[in-house]
Amino acid sequence: MEKVLEMRQISKDYSGNKVLKGVNLSVRAGEIHALVGENGAGKSTLMNVLFGMPVIHSTGGYQGDILINGAVTEIKSPKVAMDCGIGMVHQEFMLLPNFTVAENIKLNREPLKDNPLSKIAGSSLKTVDRAKMVSDSRKALDSLGIGIDDGALVSGMPVGHMQFVEIAREIDKENLKVLVFDEPTAVLTESEADVLLDAVKRLAARGIGILFITHRLDEVFTVADSITVLRDGEQIASMARKDTTIVEIAKLMVGHTVEACERCGNKTDENTPLAISMKNFSVAMPGERVRGLNLDVRKGEIIGIGGLAGQGKIGVANGLMGMFPAQGEVLLHGEPLKLNDPLGSIQRKMAFVSEDRRGVGLLLDVSIETNIVIAAMQVWNRYLNPFLGLRMTDQKAIRAHALEMIKLFDIRCIGPGQHTRRLSGGNQQKVCIARALALDPTVLLVSEPTRGIDIGAKKLVLDFLVKLNEEQGMTIVITSSELAELRSVCDRIAIVYGGKTMGIYKPDDPDEVFGLAMAGTDPEIGRGK
Amino acid sequence: MTMQNPLKLVGKAWAGSVDRFGYPKVIIFLFLILLSVLAIGQGQSMPGFIKDTLLRTSMIGVLTLAMVPGIVSGIGLNFGVSIGILAGLLAGCIGVEAGWKGVGGLFLTILVAIPLSTIVGMAYGWLLNKVKGDEMTVSTYIGFSMVSLMCIFWLILPFKSPTMIWAIGGKGLRNTIALDNTFGQVMDKALHLNFFGQQLPIGSLLWFGFLCLMMWLFLRTKLGVTMSAAGDNPRFAAAIGINVDRQRMLGTTLSTVLGAVGMLSYAHGYGFFQLYVGPLYMPFIPVAAILIGGATMRRVTISHVISGTILMQALLIIALPVISKLVPDGAFSEVIRIIVSNGVILYALTRSGGNK
Repeated sequence: MEKVLEMRQISKDYSGNKVLKGVNLSVRAGEIHALVGENGAGKSTLMNVLFGMPVIHSTGGYQGDILINGAVTEIKSPKVAMDCGIGMVHQEFMLLPNFTVAENIKLNREPLKDNPLSKIAGSSLKTVDRAKMVSDSRKALDSLGIGIDDGALVSGMPVGHMQFVEIAREIDKENLKVLVFDEPTAVLTESEADVLLDAVKRLAARGIGILFITHRLDEVFTVADSITVLRDGEQIASMARKDTTIVEIAKLMVGHTVEACERCGNKTDENTPLAISMKNFSVAMPGERVRGLNLDVRKGEIIGIGGLAGQGKIGVANGLMGMFPAQGEVLLHGEPLKLNDPLGSIQRKMAFVSEDRRGVGLLLDVSIETNIVIAAMQVWNRYLNPFLGLRMTDQKAIRAHALEMIKLFDIRCIGPGQHTRRLSGGNQQKVCIARALALDPTVLLVSEPTRGIDIGAKKLVLDFLVKLNEEQGMTIVITSSELAELRSVCDRIAIVYGGKTMGIYKPDDPDEVFGLAMAGTDPEIGRGK
Repeated sequence: MTMQNPLKLVGKAWAGSVDRFGYPKVIIFLFLILLSVLAIGQGQSMPGFIKDTLLRTSMIGVLTLAMVPGIVSGIGLNFGVSIGILAGLLAGCIGVEAGWKGVGGLFLTILVAIPLSTIVGMAYGWLLNKVKGDEMTVSTYIGFSMVSLMCIFWLILPFKSPTMIWAIGGKGLRNTIALDNTFGQVMDKALHLNFFGQQLPIGSLLWFGFLCLMMWLFLRTKLGVTMSAAGDNPRFAAAIGINVDRQRMLGTTLSTVLGAVGMLSYAHGYGFFQLYVGPLYMPFIPVAAILIGGATMRRVTISHVISGTILMQALLIIALPVISKLVPDGAFSEVIRIIVSNGVILYALTRSGGNK
């Protein structure tokens, strides 16, 4: 079969930072090709290149060649990509909610017919041929084997149906050669996902090349003919499905073997009292929903919470701190914790360093010293000085504490009065941790502690967390997308998938265990296969 | 010694002062100097200008100060301060009706204004919590509609004092109510300073200064810091257990109360109450003043209040006679006043993020 799409030696850097390193990829007509990789592996960038997205061309374009039907084509804009017959089903729906299904499918490609006015004033005044619009849409929907009413409004539809409307819109384009699915089953229920996978197979049978991006390895092994694995912008492997196993793919995805953490894992055991116990814990954090999670955090350990983006790992700490509506049963040191009460959570001696440093973690236009003490002032009435019956701030004590923290953390700044907006990411993170510590916590929740900070600061931050744990016996919960980082400091690592705990693993467990758990396959079953 | 290029030196001074004070302040200051030179050339009375500037500053100052809790608590510029102004006017009418006179009368009236403005301020704050993100547009129109609504009430409220009601017909309050027999300028009559034959209003300046000091202290209390955190970053504030809506409500209420007190301070210096559509555009004056002072939608200090009020009032007071002498046409000076005050608001709003 002919290759409908071939990408040769595609490289891309964002201001010197290489995110794609010579990736090769080819899709034949009628082939289902799966593209797998962790978050940040370069999947989205590769697709942005394929679609000529402005983000690529405004940052200097890409290197390498894209061949459509064997001819080198320069894809300068999404319009060109569409004209070449490349279609995409987006992860986030690109539909107009107050238009009908048929209107959405034919949007901007409406069949037209003449009327007297258009003969005089030009083609933009032609009448929309509604009958043809409906019949075309019907045809597209029927070919997917789905019975959606073409006259219904998109708003209020189940997400599964919206997904099919998107697909119908793409396959209605007559020149469609390659269809890209970007995490198509992420928002679907299991039965909806099955229908979708059937539809994908049906499309491939019609001779359309399918590029299927996902992190659900079991789906990959259900539908794909061939598989490409990306990691850190590199093409790690490309192979036919029949030549590989799910364990091998999982191992390739995670890939980086870390030196075993020697001091980890021996501090606690099953008999250690629990610091936090979550039962059937749910958090309605948009994009990071937690759905009925069970997890026990032992006193005095460093526990890591890992998993892919969108699976709910971020929601756990946010739910515990009352940042998003939560429900379920949570015991803190054996006593029930009142949920949805940020102040209450802090008063129970939990402190939180948010993953959203600039949004939640800092007052950007306020001095470093105020940022450090404000929470302690607010919750514990520290750094205050009575004056004429008013609780005035004690500037001297604040300054003294801030200077101490600046020295301890090596915060690079002009002085304690500098606003935090102009600090570097690493120094901002240090301010956030200093603020959390000013609350005297017994449990410290740290989310994405090293996101967007330089290597030196990364090491300092992680070392400091370990020191807090070892010297003060502080229980620390680290949520991170960087598995390697978790494996280098944590005693135990919980992998969250689909809003639930997939399992709790030791940092020195083999790579494929983490790869399988993050992809939603129980490692015991996966390895047993 | 090295010779420095004078142009370079000027450029450096310009960049330095713009960086420190912000464009509006520097440009207006230079414009003010130009006007002063013109005024001296025209032989205008400078001591008179100085006295008028200080008098206007003491009148407007408290209203400008009323902007501070609004900005600090995160509702932005309180264009709806007219609500406080109306409460102040109502309290003033009650004071005149009761025949309260002198400095004691003024403070008694202020004591009446505080509970009145607290009640409406809380209702206003509740409303602003429902329209987060659109506070400034909504508050402008709340202000307008409340002024219009009160036009009805000024006509039907049962006041009886002959100094206030229409002479003919004997019902409804007048457009302009003179305060010379009650508490007009009483603080300055009690405390003033002679300056080249001009009486400087020391009493009301002290009152303005006292309120500024109180606000300065408030911003350094736990409550003040809490309120600034809620205004600066509501999500941060919520994360450390601050009830953001309550802080916004408190800030709005405080702003409204200061609006009422500011109205009475204004009337005290002016010597009249102006009812009906009088307060319609009044909020724009303190808004312009605080923006000239260098405040942004999110950050404000007491020095912004003081410097902004003085700069703006000096500008208006010198500009009018200078321009009307240059262009001897009656209506022109009023046009200039409107252009300057609205132009400044427009300019400052386009740069609402502040100097980055």
